[in-house]
Amino acid sequence: MMDNYRIRKIKDRLMRILLWSSLIIAMIPLFSILLDVFINGARAINIDFFLLPTPTVGEKGGIANAIQGTLITLGLASIIGVPIGIMSGIFLSEYHDSKLSQPVRFINDVLSGFPSIVVGIFGYVLIASVIGFSVIAAAFSLAIIMIPIVTRTTEESLRMVPVAIREAALALGIRRWKTIIFIVLKGGRKGIVTGVLLALARIAGESAPVLVTMGYWRWWFSGLNRPASNLALNIYLFAISPFENWRTLAWGSALFLILMILGISILIRVLTRGKYE
Amino acid sequence: MKSTASFSKIAYLKAKIKGDEIFRLVSAFFALTTLLIVVLMVYELTRGSWLSLQKFGLGFITGTTWDPVFTLNFGALPLILGTLTTSAIALAISVPISIGIGLLLSEYISKRLEFFVSFIVELLAAIPSVVYGLWGIFVLIPFLRNNVYPYIQAVLGSLPLFSGPIYGGGVLTAGIVLAIMIIPIISSVSREVFSAVPLSQREAIISLGATKWETCKIVMSYAKSGVIGAITLGLGRAIGETMAVTMLIGNKFKVLPSSLFDAWYTMAAIIANEFTEATSDIYVSALINVGLTLFLISLMVNVIARLIVWRTLRLVKGVSRG
Amino acid sequence: MNRQKLEAELSYKFEIENLNAWFGSKQVLKNINMKIKEKAITAIIGPSGCGKTTLIRCLNRMHETVPDAKVTGRVLFNGVDVYGRDIDPVQIRRKIGMIFQKPNPFPMMSIYDNVAIGLKLNGVKDKRKVDSIVEKSLRMVGLWDEVKDELNKSGASLSGGQQQRLCIARALAVEPEVLLMDEPTSALDPISSAKIELLIRELAEDYTIIIVTHNMQQAARVSDYTAFLYLGELIEYGPTRQIFENPKNELTEKYLTGGFG
Repeated sequence: MMDNYRIRKIKDRLMRILLWSSLIIAMIPLFSILLDVFINGARAINIDFFLLPTPTVGEKGGIANAIQGTLITLGLASIIGVPIGIMSGIFLSEYHDSKLSQPVRFINDVLSGFPSIVVGIFGYVLIASVIGFSVIAAAFSLAIIMIPIVTRTTEESLRMVPVAIREAALALGIRRWKTIIFIVLKGGRKGIVTGVLLALARIAGESAPVLVTMGYWRWWFSGLNRPASNLALNIYLFAISPFENWRTLAWGSALFLILMILGISILIRVLTRGKYE
Repeated sequence: MKSTASFSKIAYLKAKIKGDEIFRLVSAFFALTTLLIVVLMVYELTRGSWLSLQKFGLGFITGTTWDPVFTLNFGALPLILGTLTTSAIALAISVPISIGIGLLLSEYISKRLEFFVSFIVELLAAIPSVVYGLWGIFVLIPFLRNNVYPYIQAVLGSLPLFSGPIYGGGVLTAGIVLAIMIIPIISSVSREVFSAVPLSQREAIISLGATKWETCKIVMSYAKSGVIGAITLGLGRAIGETMAVTMLIGNKFKVLPSSLFDAWYTMAAIIANEFTEATSDIYVSALINVGLTLFLISLMVNVIARLIVWRTLRLVKGVSRG
Repeated sequence: MNRQKLEAELSYKFEIENLNAWFGSKQVLKNINMKIKEKAITAIIGPSGCGKTTLIRCLNRMHETVPDAKVTGRVLFNGVDVYGRDIDPVQIRRKIGMIFQKPNPFPMMSIYDNVAIGLKLNGVKDKRKVDSIVEKSLRMVGLWDEVKDELNKSGASLSGGQQQRLCIARALAVEPEVLLMDEPTSALDPISSAKIELLIRELAEDYTIIIVTHNMQQAARVSDYTAFLYLGELIEYGPTRQIFENPKNELTEKYLTGGFG
């Protein structure tokens, strides 16, 4: 009996060590990635990096055109994706007794798990194959990736708005739709902003759908019906190129992208802090 | 007098209902766009693959040649195998680690530390695929090639799986990076299902004189189906992961690689690697057909995963409430 | 002389000395001192939130499994302080069975495994021995005849009352010396409750039983001793008959006559 207990105790200690080491194992690549991106990326960063467009081989250059292109593409994607996401989030939260809401929520969950490259191919067939590789096609694909994220966070944050507030507004004779738009939405504002930020952080790092809808563009933005340069995609193209100055730019772009995403995540943490405490 | 009053009341009510009704319909319409998108996706992907579907039919899935230059024959079996193999390697590595993290978060760590650890796990999820690829090419590949693979080969080299030349990139490398990339999703979903296990279950076993680990075993067996759901979600991610794999697997079309160190291809990687350079219509159509196949496989995996996770969470919550 | 004193002490299963307990900064037990007789039924009564449950959860060190929970004081179990420096709570709990407010069988296990789990934890591998203990435990709770043909069914397939008896059988299988019961009938219908009460009386022949209840009739029916707790303090403690018929404290009387809402 005693021996059995000693074995159980040892097993218990061993498992505790194993569980902690699983966390440590998962953290090693994270720290390695962050460290390498910071060290190698820092070398690439200077004034030219922010002011010049993609260089040709051996010349000085930067990521100015990629920042411009990325901002425009993300902006257009948000214009398409955010309203759809917020409206469906409102529907799921305010009309959750509707027969539609369960299947819509399910499809949303499934859509959020789709490979982004497939969404990209969809954007290609529907848009790029007609009007050519373009910012529009890329933004459309990225918008589809945004929708389930925005929908879900909108729904969750609106549900946290107390029912009493809705009832108070309705009792004042304010119509339901006005109550939703002017009172409920206002209450869930923080959560919705969080959702949009989360979605932006996600699509800022997407390169596969951009590759198949917009291709590669080395120059400045020249119209929504033409391709534009993209930060995430640049990392791929620069990384597999044999040129030293492009590889340096790849690390620089990665640092810029990670800082952007890190900034957004910290912003989200700050925004949601009150919610969990 | 009285009748006018009630008439205007009815008109007022009607207007009120109208505004609300319109708003309800508008938001329902937007909610339905996601459904519409999925339907349209099936239609458009089928339309885009039509040439290929006509020419190869179901043979596309069993075909083992990929010749965009001379015969224009396309078959996707090796790509499907490549996708499944790399995903299986990823699961084999990440599942024990992720379940460990899930247990740690739900059973061992205090609330305050949990906030910090889950932030770190989220960061791992927030790093873009291309950055994993970049890090893979310049940091992980040299490390594995010089410090890991030779030792694996020294020990297990007699097995065909671990024989042959070591390039650094290849099937195993792609699997390792995929594993790192799917740890966040599996660990966060398993944490969620572990936390949903009623406290009364833990107390029952603790009061019988169970150790912490024995309590964890009860929690795991209670949440088993949810963990399977979490793993299936991870599988869905691994199957569709594109850029990091494209940058690390070596991109060689072959029926089977000679070993785990050899180069291969996946469905997602071939699309990323060849799509912008596809010259003929049938070539583009074949690549879209690969996309359609990937879509269907991941649709299946995702639907199954979501159903399992949904059902378990509802079941578990139902039990604890009832 | 010394021996006499020792024997008198030994007939107490628990001696609680200056016990205090907290959840975070909220103190739920205040300086509790009481001695609990062996092979008797002690009921703990009091209005909800008075610390009844916490008190029994301090006896098998379940209280500390809740984050931010804290305990001070001594609890002597068979003369040994369970909060002693080198005492392992896991081993203490093995000797003290616990029955919870809501039946909590393991739904993913069969009825058989539900009873056998404690034995398996303790490394009993002999199949015949396990079989016989499972049967004995199920017989003790009067469940054997009802379930003997469906031992492989899930523990969750039983009715509420049967589930609670299964949980008692599960606790009995590891042969504890004490059974702590936290309102064991509050989630059950009257007929199932009556069966459990009868069972508790039978079990008192062999076990020390401490039962928390908010049902005063139940305490009067089943217990030998009764302790009345109010706002974390032990107000009165003595033989059940005396407490109910002739309470010494005003608060106890007020509570027993329904004076608090």
